[in-house]
Amino acid sequence: MEGLTLEEFGAILVMQGFNGLSYFCVLLLMALGLAIIFGQMGVINMAHGEFLTIGAYATFLLSWLSEHYAPWFMPYYFLLAVLLGFAAAFAVGHLTELALIRHLYRRPLDSLLATWGLALIMQQGFRSLFGAREVSATLPDWLLGSWQPVSGIDIPLNGLFVMALTMLLTAGVLILTYRSRWGLQMRATTQNRVMAGAVGIDTQQVDRFTFALGCGIAGVAGAAFTTIGSTGPTSGSLYIVDTFLVVVFGGAQSMLGTVASAFSIAQASSILEFFMTGSMAKVSVLLTIIVILMMRPEGLFRANVRR
Amino acid sequence: MLEVNGLSVAYGQSEVVHDLSFAVGTGEIVALMGRNGMGKTTTFKALMGILGIRSGSVRVNGQELSASAPHQRVRSGLAYVPQGRMIFPNLTVRENIMTGLQTRACAIPQDVFTLFPVLLEMSQRRGGNLSGGQQQQLAIARALTTNPSVLLLDEPTEGIQPSIIKDLARVLKEIRTLRGLTIVVSEQVLSFALAVADRLLVIERGQIVDEVTAMSGAAERVSRYLSV
Repeated sequence: MEGLTLEEFGAILVMQGFNGLSYFCVLLLMALGLAIIFGQMGVINMAHGEFLTIGAYATFLLSWLSEHYAPWFMPYYFLLAVLLGFAAAFAVGHLTELALIRHLYRRPLDSLLATWGLALIMQQGFRSLFGAREVSATLPDWLLGSWQPVSGIDIPLNGLFVMALTMLLTAGVLILTYRSRWGLQMRATTQNRVMAGAVGIDTQQVDRFTFALGCGIAGVAGAAFTTIGSTGPTSGSLYIVDTFLVVVFGGAQSMLGTVASAFSIAQASSILEFFMTGSMAKVSVLLTIIVILMMRPEGLFRANVRR
Repeated sequence: MLEVNGLSVAYGQSEVVHDLSFAVGTGEIVALMGRNGMGKTTTFKALMGILGIRSGSVRVNGQELSASAPHQRVRSGLAYVPQGRMIFPNLTVRENIMTGLQTRACAIPQDVFTLFPVLLEMSQRRGGNLSGGQQQQLAIARALTTNPSVLLLDEPTEGIQPSIIKDLARVLKEIRTLRGLTIVVSEQVLSFALAVADRLLVIERGQIVDEVTAMSGAAERVSRYLSV
């Protein structure tokens, strides 16, 4: 670190922190979906990363189509891609629940194996459809370039866009969970499925929508992902371990815990990565999490209630 | 009104409830009496659709329900207060009550809070932090919100202090008068059953073995079945 003035050091910290924020956004979008599916429903969905990939390929497809057939649409396609990513992942999630997940609610270990198998099938599907080579969406001009609040600090615009998207979606999911009729039914169903049925909640329908929604959010994460990386058949699976880590660390029942834990994990890895090698950074983050989880087995946030 | 005909329920190979039949008229309160393990809870779960039945029919207001899912039975007018109350511990009291709302409107019927003023006081507390008696009131309030015509209560006095048991009997009768409900309550506590019910059915080994109207002499006749 020699030859760095205090000012340069500060600038590095800010930019590295911002990189951490971009990582935080993708991680949080993935984790929000998984917090619903794993934290609330208790389904271990190993294929969650593949729903991100669906969203990413949907974005790529739309970018390719508008580049070749409707160049005038280029500046706007990305907004549509976010919706398309959501819709595609939601639809596939809906089918997955119908065909596979609903038979596995009382069998968590089987759901782990089954969804892992599904992940492999989906990865091969992507490979057959789009090829093994990584592709990237052509970003519209307004997402390129950077914003310079002071000289020496460059904040990339695509990062800012992803962050705004993440905040909107997080707020949306929180409102949906804690203020809407569906959210109430979802929380009741996950706490006591039998009793929820006996107060008149159609638990099958609630489960299906909940699972599909979690997948849909991963699809939006996929659209966001295309702005910071290129898409391959296994892009999503790279995130699955980190995402589970975020959900478990945050406290499986708590949405706010998910936000806090995604933030701390992403920031810690990003800032540490600058000062040591990538794998050493990963090891230290993991060790810290293990120690904290040993002291607080239920994660950062937990509900204070008698059982 | 509720009509049960030839109801048989089995866990795997072993049949627990055999060919059970009874009918409860509109505005009537009936107590299903019996010791532990005689099939009271099994009967209630089967009526609600939580347990599958082997044979028989369940009708509410003439509508056959034996093939319906639990949530469809609720929509047809059955409501259930289970043994152990089974409120949602992580939801607030208000949210617990709202789970019973079937319309898109978010209004809880006013009489629920008139019957159970303590729930209005505690509406922002989590259900799991309430005392046993308060949870029982919450479970009844939640069931009433579904606007039922038949209310099933499985051992409502279990684990509740004696002074509150008296209140409970009074409240159940009040609900009946207010809403013209049919109420079936399963019970081991004879004094409570006599205080609340018009008619007592005695269940033993999954069959109804006696039927008594609540008047003088009923106590001795039913207590024979309940003593161990």
